[in-house]
Amino acid sequence: MTTRILIKNGRLIDPVNKVDQVTDVLIEGDRVAQLGSIGTCDAHIINAAGKIVSPGLIDLHVHFRQPGDEEEETIASGSAAAVAGGFTSVVCMPNTSPAVDEATAVEFVHRMGRQARKTYIYVMGAITKDRKGKELAEIGLMSQAGAIGFTDDGCGVQDAGTMLRAMKYVSMFDRVISQHCQDDTLAGRGVMNSGFCATKLGLPGIDPLAEEMMLWRDVQLVRKCRCRYHAQHVSTAGSIKIIREAKEMGLPVSCEVAPHHLLLTDEMVCNYDTNYKVNPPLRTKADIEILQQAIKDGVIDALATDHAPHLMSEKELEFLAAPFGIASLECALPLYIKALIEPGIIDWPQMLAMLTYRPAHVLNVEKGRLGVGDRADVTVIDPTAEWTIDTAKFASKSRNCPYHGWTVKGKVTTTIVAGEIRYSAV
Amino acid sequence: MDTKFQWRHKHLIGLAELSRQEIEFILDTAKGFEEFSTRSVKKAPALRGKVIVNMFFEDSTRTRNSFTLAANRLNADVIEFTKTSSSVNKGETLIDTAKNLEAMGVDIVVIRHSAGGAPKLLSRSINACVVNAGDGYHEHPTQALLDAYTIRKIKGSLDGLTIGIVGDIAHSRVARSNIYAMTKLGAKVILVGPPTLMPAGISQLGVQVSHNLDEVLEELDVINMLRIQFERLGGNMFPSVREYSHFFGLTVDRMKRARKDILVMHPGPINRGVEIESEVADGPNSVILQQVSNGLAVRMAVLFLVNQGTAITS
Repeated sequence: MTTRILIKNGRLIDPVNKVDQVTDVLIEGDRVAQLGSIGTCDAHIINAAGKIVSPGLIDLHVHFRQPGDEEEETIASGSAAAVAGGFTSVVCMPNTSPAVDEATAVEFVHRMGRQARKTYIYVMGAITKDRKGKELAEIGLMSQAGAIGFTDDGCGVQDAGTMLRAMKYVSMFDRVISQHCQDDTLAGRGVMNSGFCATKLGLPGIDPLAEEMMLWRDVQLVRKCRCRYHAQHVSTAGSIKIIREAKEMGLPVSCEVAPHHLLLTDEMVCNYDTNYKVNPPLRTKADIEILQQAIKDGVIDALATDHAPHLMSEKELEFLAAPFGIASLECALPLYIKALIEPGIIDWPQMLAMLTYRPAHVLNVEKGRLGVGDRADVTVIDPTAEWTIDTAKFASKSRNCPYHGWTVKGKVTTTIVAGEIRYSAV
Repeated sequence: MDTKFQWRHKHLIGLAELSRQEIEFILDTAKGFEEFSTRSVKKAPALRGKVIVNMFFEDSTRTRNSFTLAANRLNADVIEFTKTSSSVNKGETLIDTAKNLEAMGVDIVVIRHSAGGAPKLLSRSINACVVNAGDGYHEHPTQALLDAYTIRKIKGSLDGLTIGIVGDIAHSRVARSNIYAMTKLGAKVILVGPPTLMPAGISQLGVQVSHNLDEVLEELDVINMLRIQFERLGGNMFPSVREYSHFFGLTVDRMKRARKDILVMHPGPINRGVEIESEVADGPNSVILQQVSNGLAVRMAVLFLVNQGTAITS
């Protein structure tokens, strides 16, 4: 007897199918069996009155630190954090120790994800061996092992020739190539956005050009070889301009934005609080406005947290010495609501699009939709619930989160992955 | 001096957060301590029983010895800490180092560190007073205070003066603290240096920026020369010593065109022949050694005041 779940009276928002209405959703096994007004039936009932029912949320960019840094996070703890945040699929980055630069590492991450049995784990393989930016990694074998795309994230591929070869090679396997755009010769030893705040604090700055220069270069390479390209965590007005032009040229370029680049500015570093140390760094209000407009215009394809867990002992150092990163997987949704819905920049269908079918499209996977027959990945959200972010309650192992203590609106109440309830709010 | 004014700060992290009144109060307090040096018994028991640690993670001649002497003159006990001979080499973090010293009963930590923000981090993590002796490129408050003191002593006041700061402003904590002190005390500040050594947005602090020393030289009442750290910059931001000296060095020739009563200052150590010619450093307009002398009284004042600040804030 297959398990059934009946989600009653929720506002089903399925952006790709242009659905936005109050309806019931019946799940049988791991598939959506029926939509519409469904009477009583033998099923686990979820009362979704007043709630939003969305295709399961997808985060294109997380760091689960396994193998190598399991004290910061494991695939198990990260997966638990993901479903608590409403994410039914996440994409793990390869900058682990050792890096995910060959097939067995890809298989390992997938296996740990299955064992955790929470969120669905995708993994991106490294573009170059050990992410050193020199020799191509075994992209073919990793693709066969299931790697969903390739990136040297943590770093950008510095050498244009290497990047061009990588793009051609990756496109042979029809995968997306993703870039952490950072020209190291322009970034230098910077630890925060270059500008007046860095000057006042006496900290070396990262020029926005460091991001923009590599992004611009990569777009020229894409013009030549037409491979699918995804710009990670874009953070500057200049980057947005480059993305807009690339899309106008019809190039297969996509991009993502992180919540901290929509909510925080470099001014918040004023007390040398390392919870605000992140790469790319927090920028300015002017950059936030350009990002918001780009989201409104549909230029940004996805919202992605770049969840980067670190131990408090690692972060409790001088600003220069502390590692970069913000952990926000579990509180991401209310942050997006705060950044985009509350100020009226976009509406729920537009926001959920950037968390469902549009990131799925970047990965070229059949997810992020809730039509009959689709995989039953569902996130149920109470859009009005007010709560206070408390890192002590995080399922994640790490607490490096500048949003601790924030009062926010919007809470995930149920997360269903392949027809199984993997998270239920108490 | 307003006798009702009470010093309320337990730490001295920077001058950015101090008011004109507070800065003048430190200078006035220093004046009181300066008179000590002329007595035969140069000590005052103000900090007797207090323990001060000089936590220096970077090299120093002037600042360190000045703080040691200042502490001794106030009858405090001084612990000397050097990075190279400490457990930092065994991987001990800054906070752990400080907490361990504090557990031994330290009242004031004087810290110099290569990371901007280190004193601020300490002040959040330990109970002792924290005095910043220079953190990264951020601030060096006691240097700026003794610079202001020196100018005030000779010129009477900084109001209306035009002060030039020349050199690697981008990497200079002295420059930043000087900017705060001097603008708050009523001076006009002109920064001079190549664009590669000028930090982003610095004019937002209310200063003028020039890349041509000869253009602004004649309007300066005071010129503060900063050391160029070629060992750090090496060819990346400036091609050579020769080129730097030619365009930004304080030479005997330039002194001929400067005001007759211009004060020549330098935080030290000086690179003779690079940013300043020997004859100028040793010449009649130079107050470089007076800066050092004044540093003692200023640091006595700072230690005295932060100790008072603890009593009030606790």
